[in-house]
Amino acid sequence: MSSGEEKLLKISKIKEGTVIDHIPAGKALKVLSVLRIDRGCNHTVSIGINIKSKKLNHKDVVKIESRFLEKNELDKISLVAPDATISIIRDYEIYEKFRVELPDSVVGIINCNNQNCITNSGEPVPPEFKVKSKKPLVLTCVYCERNMGEGEVHSLL
Amino acid sequence: MKTNRSLVSVEDLSTEELMDLFKLSTDMDRDLRSGKRLTEMQGKIMATLFYEPSTRTRLSFESAMRRLGGSVISVADPRSSSAAKGESLADSIRVVSSYSDLIIIRHPLEGAAKLASRFSSVPVINAGDGSGQHPTQTLLDLYTIHREFGRIDDLTITVLGDLKYGRTTHSLLLALARFEVRVNLVSPPILKVPSHILDRVKSSLQMVETDSLESVIEDTDVLYVTRIQKERFADMNEYRSVIGSYSVVRETVDLMKQQSIILHPLPRVDEIDENVDNDKRARYFEQAAYGVPVRMALIHKILE
Ligand SMILES: Nc1ncnc2c1ncn2[C@@H]1O[C@H](COP(=O)(O)OP(=O)(O)OP(=O)(O)O)[C@@H](O)[C@H]1O
Ligand SMILES: [Mg+2]
Ligand SMILES: [Zn+2]
Repeated sequence: MSSGEEKLLKISKIKEGTVIDHIPAGKALKVLSVLRIDRGCNHTVSIGINIKSKKLNHKDVVKIESRFLEKNELDKISLVAPDATISIIRDYEIYEKFRVELPDSVVGIINCNNQNCITNSGEPVPPEFKVKSKKPLVLTCVYCERNMGEGEVHSLL
Repeated sequence: MKTNRSLVSVEDLSTEELMDLFKLSTDMDRDLRSGKRLTEMQGKIMATLFYEPSTRTRLSFESAMRRLGGSVISVADPRSSSAAKGESLADSIRVVSSYSDLIIIRHPLEGAAKLASRFSSVPVINAGDGSGQHPTQTLLDLYTIHREFGRIDDLTITVLGDLKYGRTTHSLLLALARFEVRVNLVSPPILKVPSHILDRVKSSLQMVETDSLESVIEDTDVLYVTRIQKERFADMNEYRSVIGSYSVVRETVDLMKQQSIILHPLPRVDEIDENVDNDKRARYFEQAAYGVPVRMALIHKILE
């Protein structure tokens, strides 16, 4: 464990909650916004930005007390931080640890950015994309066949 | 081709299925010319739902179904009936598919045919969705090329005109990507192929983008001309300055190979001069005529 992480641990050891580790440097705030933490939430949140890391050079970490994430939220995180590690903390210990996984199709999470796409006209279907490429991220709308790159996807999340 | 299957995108067909379809189209064309009475679609009903105006595509579909002995039902103008009452496309399709064996849809929004295929209990054929695809136009374009040259591979195809908004050219490029062809994309700078289409074909197509028809005309085997619409230009002076260099006239054709051909999805306005019509290289009316046998073959393959 690097000294940077030890320091962070001291700052923010939590009793119960979720640690999102290995977020690409600079994307922590995007992760918070995806989890709607930027618009009012009563959980204590600690954020580490640009932490030195063996695996990623630099990374961001988010720790949320007393909150556990749902599948749909993990899918959203995977679009921002495809290599993120999730640690579920109970009684100060890691109770469960796993990596997020970018699903093969992204359904009902973001709208198609093609205004002329049938999914933007009130039809009873969720927007649906196939993951065409994981790195770099490219999503293809199943309906209008348009591609969206990482920048577009993140701006829609 | 698997039966009972929709055709939303040209990519829904394998190359083998395409070649099969071409063979059957030629058979259908021969039957039509011989005046043979066909009855294989007797008792079958095709519904046409055109949320956007069309003449040729709709007529050729209806003609194809009737030539096969089937019948046709259609809504005169679905925009002013169900859609105007606020009914979703999904609901309209659920209902119409219970009245018919096959649905032909044209719609101004991209992905409409895909959505229709998901809600329909019968096969759906995309007759154009917004600036998305127009796969049956592409089938008859490819069929015409194949019939003229006996192949599609190893040809130089020059696509001219509005490459930005024209869905026929988008569909055509996506289909050409699976063949070994050279493609010249000739358009005014403001009407170039959009990046979302280029991105999908650039790894598999050998392409040259240019605004000069002259620079590529001599090497061209197939000149595919499309209409440049006035409405696309904010400035009429720009339109007038551009339009001349993208019109095909006698002098243009004189530069072309003897064995080359000129195609156009029609309607033509003034991008091909009428003086060109009598040249043996002008094949756009044959191309339009193939619309019926190709659609007959497609209906047959889908419903057989
Ligand atoms: N009780 C706790 N409170 C807050 N954060 C914790 C707690 N326990 C572990 N963490 C954090 O959870 C993450 C995963 O912990 P772990 O001990 O598995 O780290 P690691 O050995 O660096 O693993 P990795 O190989 O995933 O980097 C680290 O970011 C760590 O700082
Ligand atoms: Mg670590
Ligand atoms: Zn779309």
